[in-house]
Amino acid sequence: MINPGHGRGPDSGTNSDPFPAGLRVLVVDDDPTCLMILERMLMTCLYRVTKCNRAELALSLLRKNKHGFDIVISDVHMPDMDGFKLLEHVGLEMDLPVIMMSADDSKSVVLKGVTHGAVDYLIKPVRIEALKNIWQHVVRKKRNEWNVSEHSGGSIEDTGGDRDMQQPREDADNNSSSVNEGNWRSSSSRKRKEGEVDDQGDDKEDTSSLKKPRVVWSVELHQQFVAAVNQLGVDKAVPKKILEMMNVPGLTRENVASHLQKYRIYLRRLGGVSQHQGNMNHSFMTGQDPSFGPLSSLNGFDLQALAVVGQLPAQSLAQLQAAGLGRSSLIKPGMSGSPLVDQRSIFNFENPKIRFGDGHGQTINNGNKQMSLLHGVPTGMEPKQFAGSSHMRVQQQMAGMRPGQNVQSSGMMLPLADHLPRGGTSMLSSLGQQQPMFSTSVSRRSDLTGAVRNGIPETNNRVVPATHSVFNNFPADLPHNNFPLASAPGISIPVSASYQEEVNSSDAKGGSSAATAGFGNPSYDIFNDFPQQQQHNSKLNDWDMRNIGLVYSHQDTAAASAGFSTSEAYSSSSMQRKRRETDATVVTAHGQNQQPLSRSLNHLNHVFMDGGSVRVKSERVAETVTCPPATTLFHEQYHQEDLMSALLKQEGIPSADNEFDFDGYSIDNIPV
Amino acid sequence: MQRQVALIKQSLFDQGYLDEQFMELEELQDDANPNFVEEVSALYFKDSARLINNIDQALERGSFDFNRLDNYMHQFKGSSTSIGASKVKTECTKFREYCRAGNAEGCLRTFHQLKKEHSTLRKKLEHYFQLARQAGPKETARRPK
Repeated sequence: MINPGHGRGPDSGTNSDPFPAGLRVLVVDDDPTCLMILERMLMTCLYRVTKCNRAELALSLLRKNKHGFDIVISDVHMPDMDGFKLLEHVGLEMDLPVIMMSADDSKSVVLKGVTHGAVDYLIKPVRIEALKNIWQHVVRKKRNEWNVSEHSGGSIEDTGGDRDMQQPREDADNNSSSVNEGNWRSSSSRKRKEGEVDDQGDDKEDTSSLKKPRVVWSVELHQQFVAAVNQLGVDKAVPKKILEMMNVPGLTRENVASHLQKYRIYLRRLGGVSQHQGNMNHSFMTGQDPSFGPLSSLNGFDLQALAVVGQLPAQSLAQLQAAGLGRSSLIKPGMSGSPLVDQRSIFNFENPKIRFGDGHGQTINNGNKQMSLLHGVPTGMEPKQFAGSSHMRVQQQMAGMRPGQNVQSSGMMLPLADHLPRGGTSMLSSLGQQQPMFSTSVSRRSDLTGAVRNGIPETNNRVVPATHSVFNNFPADLPHNNFPLASAPGISIPVSASYQEEVNSSDAKGGSSAATAGFGNPSYDIFNDFPQQQQHNSKLNDWDMRNIGLVYSHQDTAAASAGFSTSEAYSSSSMQRKRRETDATVVTAHGQNQQPLSRSLNHLNHVFMDGGSVRVKSERVAETVTCPPATTLFHEQYHQEDLMSALLKQEGIPSADNEFDFDGYSIDNIPV
Repeated sequence: MQRQVALIKQSLFDQGYLDEQFMELEELQDDANPNFVEEVSALYFKDSARLINNIDQALERGSFDFNRLDNYMHQFKGSSTSIGASKVKTECTKFREYCRAGNAEGCLRTFHQLKKEHSTLRKKLEHYFQLARQAGPKETARRPK
């Protein structure tokens, strides 16, 4: 940790000096001449220097001595390990700022440094003046971390504040991500002010002190983290839950939140997700037919979304939803996910079954149509959606998740799930633990989606089922199960995410509230918030998804209407999602990682995740996702059956549609 | 004596053997580390000798693995740059260009030149440091005009 001498925290003001004296620097370079010179220079700056000529050695030093260093300077070209790999490792495990240096000043290499998260890039020969200012990176990083903690989970966008470079992901979110990066600081500060993050209240205090002890993410810890995230679902993973699951004494939610952010970025980077989702969305949209005939389409979407790799195209979902809003239906797989919050459980439920529209979809469409699964379809959904249910609000919620919409949302959510797998592997490979990283980033997203989902809640039957239910037949009744989520088995989750966005964006059609109606939506609050505060979404992301999911569980049909609002929110948000990206991003990210949405309900779960994804950095989800295929997030297969049945039971609706067998849906069938 | 030392140093700069980076290094030298520059130079020559050896062997093998040669040279260039060995650095750059062009002949020629520059610099510096030590510690960090 930074010792008091550094005065890095709030009292840094006092350090007119000695800070940055005493800054603990680790220098890694295989060239002994350079190493010696750098050491001398750093010592002249009054820093405490440790030399190292091998990257492996440096890593082990860092691991052994957590909190032992404040900043790392590393050469790019080293024989035993690529400097960028080291950079990634350090970022993930120890979360220290890393400066790259090289005699090579070509733009491509510098860019690489930036995208890998280096806080700075020095060209050799390094001058002492350049070294005198490296302390700024340490301070900046700390500040960002504080911000992150505050928003934990909410401001995913910030991702690793320090990493301004978060490489612009190829995802659609790229822009957003890079933008996010830039905004991170500002947004985080913004967020802080907003204080919306409910959870963060406590964080705030911590941050204010600025004396957060740095947590060193050891390999084991990281693996625990990844395991927890995976279990929760990348998109859905919320710092709070992760923290609980990890059960590591002394670990705070902020720590987890910031790590999650980084992880998500990492995953994103690996997965390059989100692109698919965009496609998926389209497909979804088409699927949406008002009468939900398209259920299948939804399914298709979901499938597609799922197929997209988990990315369940939250984006697509979002798009679909938007498009589908009119269509009602299924598109919102993601949205329906909202109930997903409980996501795991919820989705398991019936949604998958329902959604998949295999058969259900149809019915759902009716209802869903309105649901506009993708929530994106604001307004549109409402009226249409539930023919029976007034909720049209649903749109917001999950865009028609309700009755048939479920499908959609699920689709969205899934994507998130996808991300995990993917990202994890690729990215982490370098890290070795990479998986965890991935999950973090993914999970981040998922949270969002999850959050979103909640918004959708109830209307769809708890959104989660929404996906399922969507197909189910919601018809008029939108019984919760209709969750369009069903349609996208995997997607389910995303739906919620999108919802949130929509919710926020659409403002609420009350959607959140509406949606929650049945559910008692505690989670819908998220959505509710959305409308009002778009930003709120981000907050929601705070992994309120969990709440959302819970809400869903309650889903009562009544809630369904409420739930719809969430879906609507979704849809609207999907449209607007751009902002919310978070969900989308999450979803997408997850979706991608997840690998083709496991048709299984997991997708649905993911859809729900959308709720979380809302927050998910927009990076990934390229907004379209309102219903980010977050469903994929749930890659864990929530026992959808359980969820669905649970939901259905609650609603009193016969869980019928277990037909979901999403698995059956081969995504290829999705009539995109 | 010190004046002599100063003159020698000046000539090294003037002739382009050394550049500003060397001055930077001198600035790092102080009473606590009076022989810093000399130590760094010694280290540099030791390390670069190793690199030169590697490159020699690679070239002798006849199989021009330009990638590997480029890698070696990248390291060499990095060190030389850090110490301010200007002429050596120039030769390194040339060598790398030939590598990228796949010009084996050019590589050989350049490398030969590089070795020459390298050994010239080494001798001059050794002489310089020797005198500087004799002249006394105070002479350091005087920037040549």
